[in-house]
Amino acid sequence: MIGCEALVIGGSAGSLDVLLRVLPILDTALSFPIIIVIHRKHDSDSLLPNLLSSRTRLTVKEVDEKEPINAGTIYVAPSNYHLLIEQDRTFSLDYSEKINYSRPAIDVTFQTAAEVYRTKLACLLLSGSNSDGVNGLKTVKAWGGLALIQDPDSAQVGYMPAQAKLHVKIDEVLSIENIGEFINSIK
Amino acid sequence: MDISAINDEQVEILLSDLLEYYGYDFTGYSRASLKRRISRLFSLDKALSFAEFRYRIMKDNVYFKRFVEQITVNVTEMFRDPAFFKTLRDSILPALGTYPFIRIWLAGCSTGEEAYSISIILKELNLLHKSLIYATDLNPVVLEKASQGMFAMSQMKQYSENYITSGGTKDFSTYYTANYSLAKFNDELKSKMIFSTHNLVSDHSFNEFQLILCRNVLIYFDRELQHQVLDLFNESLEDLGYLALGTKETIDFSNIAKNYKRVPANKIWRKIK
Repeated sequence: MIGCEALVIGGSAGSLDVLLRVLPILDTALSFPIIIVIHRKHDSDSLLPNLLSSRTRLTVKEVDEKEPINAGTIYVAPSNYHLLIEQDRTFSLDYSEKINYSRPAIDVTFQTAAEVYRTKLACLLLSGSNSDGVNGLKTVKAWGGLALIQDPDSAQVGYMPAQAKLHVKIDEVLSIENIGEFINSIK
Repeated sequence: MDISAINDEQVEILLSDLLEYYGYDFTGYSRASLKRRISRLFSLDKALSFAEFRYRIMKDNVYFKRFVEQITVNVTEMFRDPAFFKTLRDSILPALGTYPFIRIWLAGCSTGEEAYSISIILKELNLLHKSLIYATDLNPVVLEKASQGMFAMSQMKQYSENYITSGGTKDFSTYYTANYSLAKFNDELKSKMIFSTHNLVSDHSFNEFQLILCRNVLIYFDRELQHQVLDLFNESLEDLGYLALGTKETIDFSNIAKNYKRVPANKIWRKIK
C-alpha cells in the first residue's frame, strides 16, 4: 500500500500479546499514525499506553478528545468511550450506547476512519471472541481501504478474525510473525 | 450499513433546517458522532429517502422531538466514575456544606441518574435540606423521564456497586421501591431538584452556583463551542465554586483556565478569582 494515511488496529481477547510482540519490530520512522482500539476492562487509563510504550521507541499516547492525529504516533483509545475520527483529522470521543457489547467499539473507529481516509486507510483486526470490527471492515472495503486480519489459526481466540474472513473480502491474512513486517512495508 | 445512509452534505442541510425552523443550533457539534446518530435513525425508522426524512423532521413536530432525542447522546448511569463521586462526598460537598445554602447546576443532566446520585450523597451528608439542584437539558423528553425518578431495575446491581465504590455505606435498595421492571426512587430525593430546559448553545447564564457539573457533554462540541460554554460556566460560577467535567474533558485549552486551580487527580476545577 502506497500513501497510507492511517493504520487502525482493533482487537479483543488475546490481542494484547500480539501487540506486545509486534510493536518492537516496527520501524521508528513511521509515515502514518497507528490507532489502537482494544476492548478492555474499565481500568486505570494510563496502564495500557504505558505497557505498549515499554515495547517501542515510537510515541504512544492515550487519545485526548479533539487532538490532531499525527504521523509517527501510536494512539490508544481510552477505556469506556467510543473513538471517532473527524474529517479535519482530529479525534473525537463519544459516550453513546455500547456496540457489540463494547465501548470502545472497533466498528465505530473503523467506520469513521474509512469515511475520512478512504483508500488511504489500512485496518487490521486481531484476536477476539466477538464480532466487533466485522461491519467496520465492510465499510473500510466499501471506501476502498485495505482490510487485514490476524490469521485466525494463529490467534488465541480466532472467532473475531474468522468472522471477518467469512463476511468481508480480506486483502491479507497475517500470521503473528508477519504482522510487523507487513506494517513496515506500508508506505 | 457499509456506507453511512446520510452523507456529510446532507448532515449540513439538516443542521441548517433545525436552526432555521426550530432554532436548535447543532452546528457547533462534532460531526462524526452526529452523522453516525443521524444515519442510525434514518435506517432505524426506515426512511424512504433523504427528501422524505428531511420533510418529516420539518413538518412533523412529534417526529422532530424524536429526532432531537435520538441524535443527542443520553447514555448515563448512577454514580458513574465512582472515584469522582467519592471526591464529591469526601471533599467538595463537605466544603460547600459550610455555606448557608448550596446551589448546584447539573448541565446536560439527561435522564437524571447523576442528579439522584448527588441527592443521595447530599442526604447522607445532611446537606440536602439546604441544597438546590438545577438539572437542565436541551431535551424536554429526557427531563420528563428525569423528573419521574424511575430507572430500570436491571441496572440496580451495577448502581449499587458504583454507590459502594464511591463511598456509600447504606443499603442502596432503601432509596427506591421496586415496581416490576422499574425502581422508583424516593420522592424526598427529588424534593430539592428543579428540572428545566436549557440549551448550552443558545441560552444564557440564569443563576450563580457553587458547583457546576457537566460531564461528558463537552466531548460532543467542537473547540469553538467548548470555549463558549466554558465562558458560560465561568459566568455562572461563584468565586471559589467548583466546575466538574467528564473523565476525558478539560479546561486547559480555554481562556478561563488561568482563573482556575485543579483539584489534584480529578476533573474538577476551583474558581480562584
